[in-house]
Amino acid sequence: MEEDIDTRKINNSFLRDHSYATEADIISTVEFNHTGELLATGDKGGRVVIFQREQESKNQVHRRGEYNVYSTFQSHEPEFDYLKSLEIEEKINKIRWLPQQNAAYFLLSTNDKTVKLWKVSERDKRPEGYNLKDEEGRLRDPATITTLRVPVLRPMDLMVEATPRRVFANAHTYHINSISVNSDYETYMSADDLRINLWNFEITNQSFNIVDIKPANMEELTEVITAAEFHPHHCNSFVYSSSKGTIRLCDMRASALCDRHSKFFEEPEDPSNRSFFSEIISSISDVKFSHSGRYIMTRDYLTVKVWDLNMENRPIETYQVHDYLRSKLCSLYENDCIFDKFECVWNGSDSVIMTGSYNNFFRMFDRNTKRDVTLEASRENSKPRAILKPRKVCVGGKRRKDEISVDSLDFSKKILHTAWHPSENIIAVAATNNLYIFQDKVN
Amino acid sequence: MFARGLKRKSAEDGEDVEGGLAGTQATPSYSLQRQSLLDMSLVKLQLCHMLVEPNLCRSVLIANTVRQIQEEMTQDGTWRVLAPQAAGRAPLDRLVSTEILCRSVREQEGERPAADVGDGRTPGLVPGLSAVPSAQALRSPQSSLWEVDSSRENRGGFQKSLDQIFETLESKTPGSVEELFSDVDSSYYDLDAVLTGMVGSTQSGHGSGLQAFTAAATPPPGSSCRSDLGELDHAVEILVET
Repeated sequence: MEEDIDTRKINNSFLRDHSYATEADIISTVEFNHTGELLATGDKGGRVVIFQREQESKNQVHRRGEYNVYSTFQSHEPEFDYLKSLEIEEKINKIRWLPQQNAAYFLLSTNDKTVKLWKVSERDKRPEGYNLKDEEGRLRDPATITTLRVPVLRPMDLMVEATPRRVFANAHTYHINSISVNSDYETYMSADDLRINLWNFEITNQSFNIVDIKPANMEELTEVITAAEFHPHHCNSFVYSSSKGTIRLCDMRASALCDRHSKFFEEPEDPSNRSFFSEIISSISDVKFSHSGRYIMTRDYLTVKVWDLNMENRPIETYQVHDYLRSKLCSLYENDCIFDKFECVWNGSDSVIMTGSYNNFFRMFDRNTKRDVTLEASRENSKPRAILKPRKVCVGGKRRKDEISVDSLDFSKKILHTAWHPSENIIAVAATNNLYIFQDKVN
Repeated sequence: MFARGLKRKSAEDGEDVEGGLAGTQATPSYSLQRQSLLDMSLVKLQLCHMLVEPNLCRSVLIANTVRQIQEEMTQDGTWRVLAPQAAGRAPLDRLVSTEILCRSVREQEGERPAADVGDGRTPGLVPGLSAVPSAQALRSPQSSLWEVDSSRENRGGFQKSLDQIFETLESKTPGSVEELFSDVDSSYYDLDAVLTGMVGSTQSGHGSGLQAFTAAATPPPGSSCRSDLGELDHAVEILVET
């Protein structure tokens, strides 16, 4: 893929000039809305920051629309579960946008236990000239009122306000890992480790349980749900992935409780690669439908796989993200990196897929040309508007000048969350507490 | 960043699978690696238990790894060879520590300890040895105790880890794997319920043993001695842990 990338970094925290990062600023989710005009990030501190793309100016053709902060709000607060004496983290696990139906924007944000529907709206006019109140809103002394007038709307500085419209709580015993808006735009699902619930946006005090894999005896638990998503066009279908590397496609028309799948996707194990870590690295960390709805993409620890919905016995494509880690699995198990959950994304035309890796590297795979590239999101290695240079990891033998050896990789710098603009070649990459936005260079 | 001195696990495993199960799996380095992986996993599970709210996916994956290791150890013989000693050791160990109690019971009933030692069979120990799954020649209690002691020294960490596996995987004591997954029903670990033998039928062996324990005033010689001691030890463990 011959892509020159124009870089633009945005640090979404007020620690812009500091080199340390507070844990609250660690970005935990990134998502473009359906038009790509807005980009939302959630962080470990429970905050949501929304960026808006500025309108393209005819005067500055070479300067494509940049993303600026549009709104910041505190979505979730830390809570305490008194029954279990456990703290509930405020970290935002996922954000999903609703399609825009009026002037306001709506998004769902979730932490481990509670999903919230937020309305983000603009206010650029305000009423002036009340009879009974003065300009500051204080009541006027009735004796001073001598005339009657009608308030008029006057322009004001743009104000963006976010208000919580719905709170969907108390439906999950385990930690929510996914939310997905249905194509009917009336319902959505939330998935935790063992159950998936279906919600109606208008109803907050009840949800339908559509998948339940909790065994009667918890001692028999060997598999959990890791991710779930609705089909982009068929509002009755959804998929969910498991820690054993399987994907199940379910049809809600078949029964109320979708414990029996319509399709079951699993690749047979490669006996030559078997180790004690085989199951752990087969655990799927993310599953995404293609925009067409014909394929699903899954991410496990070392690979990204593309599956055709019509073929259950194996994926149609497998891409190695960082196979050089296969010989390091024991160390990665020891330092817990083997449990890192990487996400994966499709580009707008489903021709390119992207996922993150370590050392602030992220990878793109072109499905048509079969070419792949490794890029790095870091301040030191890229100046604004500089073209990103492809990176290479040296797996053995003599290390070339620009290569980095496997043992030099920084495993604390992991790119778990990325997003791709729905129609253009603009990507958002979250590297710990920094957000990088890259776009195609305009010639 | 990586642990020094810890050999790469998967490469070794790959070689072993290709070479077949016989022979290669018994190499000391492989056993050592597998053992350290097992120890590491058990530590991770225990840490999980101490965290604010354990990540269920991670716990399940680690527990599955532990089970895999246990299965492989069972299959390639290292488990089987040591199992009787471990199983034999466990009740024998308990008998060693509670032998005084047992002896005093026998003395009460007028049995002569010398005669017991001489013919190599005592009421307390025979049931213990017969609990051993594979057929092993019965040894005199004294010598078998010595043997167990020395073998225990030799096995060292391996034996200890096997016991840990027994404890965690055979759901005998609190702190086991399933407790990580268990919800609010902790009645099993309720001390009062345990001692009064009111544990539910799912824990049948445990419950009946305890009932025997609580009901027995002067236990008849022979078989009940062992079960009494077993359950006494168990109750002591519970007391200690709570």
